[in-house]
Amino acid sequence: MAVIVDSNTTVVVQGITGYQGTYHSKAMKDFGTKVVAGVTPGKAGQTVNDIPVFNSVAEAVAKTGANTSCIFVPAPFTRDSVMEAIDAGIKTIVAVTEHVPVHDAIHFVAVAQSRGVVLIGPNCPGLASPGLGKVGILPSKIFMKGDVGVVSRSGTLTYEIVNAMTEQGIGQSTCVGIGGDRVPGTNFVDVLAKFQDDPLTRKIVMVGEIGGTAEEEAAEFIKTNVTKPVVAYIAGRTAPPGKRMGHAGAIIARGRGTAESKITALEAAGVKVARIPTDVPELIR
Amino acid sequence: MKLYEFKAKELMRKHGIPIPMGQVVSSPDEIKTLPGPVMVKAQVLIGGRGKAGGIKPAETVDEAKKAASAILGMNIKGYVTKQVLLEQRLEVDKELYLGMTIDRSRRGMLLMASASGGMDIESVPDDKLLMLSIDPLMGYQQFIGRRVASFLELPKEQATQVMGIVSKIYELAESEDAELVEINPLVITKDGKVVAGDAKITIDSDAMFRHKEYDELEEDLTPLEAKAKKLDIAFVQLDGNIGVIANGAGLTMATLDSINMFGGKAGVFLDLGGTDDPEKVREAMQLMSEANPKVILLNIFGGITKCDTVAKGVLEAIKDIKNKVPIVARIKGVNEELGREMLSNAGMIPASGLSEAAEKASKESLR
Repeated sequence: MAVIVDSNTTVVVQGITGYQGTYHSKAMKDFGTKVVAGVTPGKAGQTVNDIPVFNSVAEAVAKTGANTSCIFVPAPFTRDSVMEAIDAGIKTIVAVTEHVPVHDAIHFVAVAQSRGVVLIGPNCPGLASPGLGKVGILPSKIFMKGDVGVVSRSGTLTYEIVNAMTEQGIGQSTCVGIGGDRVPGTNFVDVLAKFQDDPLTRKIVMVGEIGGTAEEEAAEFIKTNVTKPVVAYIAGRTAPPGKRMGHAGAIIARGRGTAESKITALEAAGVKVARIPTDVPELIR
Repeated sequence: MKLYEFKAKELMRKHGIPIPMGQVVSSPDEIKTLPGPVMVKAQVLIGGRGKAGGIKPAETVDEAKKAASAILGMNIKGYVTKQVLLEQRLEVDKELYLGMTIDRSRRGMLLMASASGGMDIESVPDDKLLMLSIDPLMGYQQFIGRRVASFLELPKEQATQVMGIVSKIYELAESEDAELVEINPLVITKDGKVVAGDAKITIDSDAMFRHKEYDELEEDLTPLEAKAKKLDIAFVQLDGNIGVIANGAGLTMATLDSINMFGGKAGVFLDLGGTDDPEKVREAMQLMSEANPKVILLNIFGGITKCDTVAKGVLEAIKDIKNKVPIVARIKGVNEELGREMLSNAGMIPASGLSEAAEKASKESLR
């Protein structure tokens, strides 16, 4: 077992006939993921990378038994796609799409929660359990099977840190990129709880960034609920206040969400905090 | 995207929230009549305009013209005033606060209310501020309005009006894709009416595809920032001399942190986000060269953005760029071999890891 994605995961790719859907459905298959179906309305009967395409998620589920969806549709249609997947009985959804309107996210996150659906994203790279499969766009080559669970709010920074770990011979159980949007389907606490319960995960790396209070909430949770060693890195220690650092809404505003407050909270919870990403492997070893 | 006060108030009126009678002008000559005594208010996208002299009272048309010409063109904290709002003066009995914003922790909308209106809400003590999370599956319900009215200790007549306004703020936020709606102050007038004295609305920039009405409105940006915005590239000017191009906010910030460790300072950072279009990369490089850094650090970890796409765009860009500066290139991830091979003969300084790249760029910048 690993977290969220394991050998029982069967994936339907929503938006499979698009460029990203086509590219990454193949990459997922090559990583060992069982990609059993694709969905693009109006394109039923086609195949993409030998994967059958259906007109709706309901049909795809009925014909293939897919239990997990990976969504690549453009932002204006993401709300509809997430709702369609939930309605079709999908239990795990990875929404890769970025620039999803925040009010759309608020609604589909609430619906997913009420139905007991694990939703990761939007605006996330997805997750990978080396040796078992991946759902999303994480580059396959950076991973190595091991016992460290990684959870991160950033996409490419996750790759950076996982890659540095692998280069040092430190493998991963599952890496979850929860995404940097303001309203994420899955947050740090959700994943930390899963890692704490996962026998395959012995240590945890958490990658946060400035903005919001998700890291502080994670620190509170770690203090009382996590017994496994945790190493963290918080991006944006040198970012100037009041500047929006990229699309993710990473902004230090009103004195909240600073790197300092996050680092202090994490250290108080017994977490070792790396100063730069490349220090993470040494600290987790 | 922040809206000007008068735009925010137009939206409020559209949704049935009472606002004072008013008129927007960009020249004193446009002022012909007044609805009575007015306040002449600078339209700028920054707070603190009152203290800066951007709000003046006027009783007559002549006074209003005079006030308008004093305020138009005024520079308020770096923002030049291009329009003023002439607004019917309110006879204020009480000032309240109402706001709605995104609650990241509870993953929904957060309603805020206070009887201490008219001041910076950040300085209102916790016990004087009501914060209510709204369950997205329930939406606005009357009990929420009742809780607000009772917290504000309003008499029945005003309570009814405030409850109406609370429900309309929620409706406005949802249907207009606002991530912030703020009425500060929400004025109770001497004759018992509840009216929005000021209005702040920020529209979610990710929802612009269904709000074409905003295409014409532009925030005050530097020419380079405006260009970047058009290209959908996050572009931030800082005070060092290293130009950082990376993909993803987290990686970009981690790159800044790493540069800092090696004594360098970033001057500009540019986040490509998740693009797979070489033309966008080319434009980003072009933009970066216009910002005039001493050295460029390219740090790409390919996922959605593939390494060969980046290489292609970079190669196209350096053909046209005149002021050549050293480029430290660090490329990892999807199609990295291809990308690295394409860049190998372009005279860049290669780096294999983030620390190495940061160290090399910092050294170049201090040379």
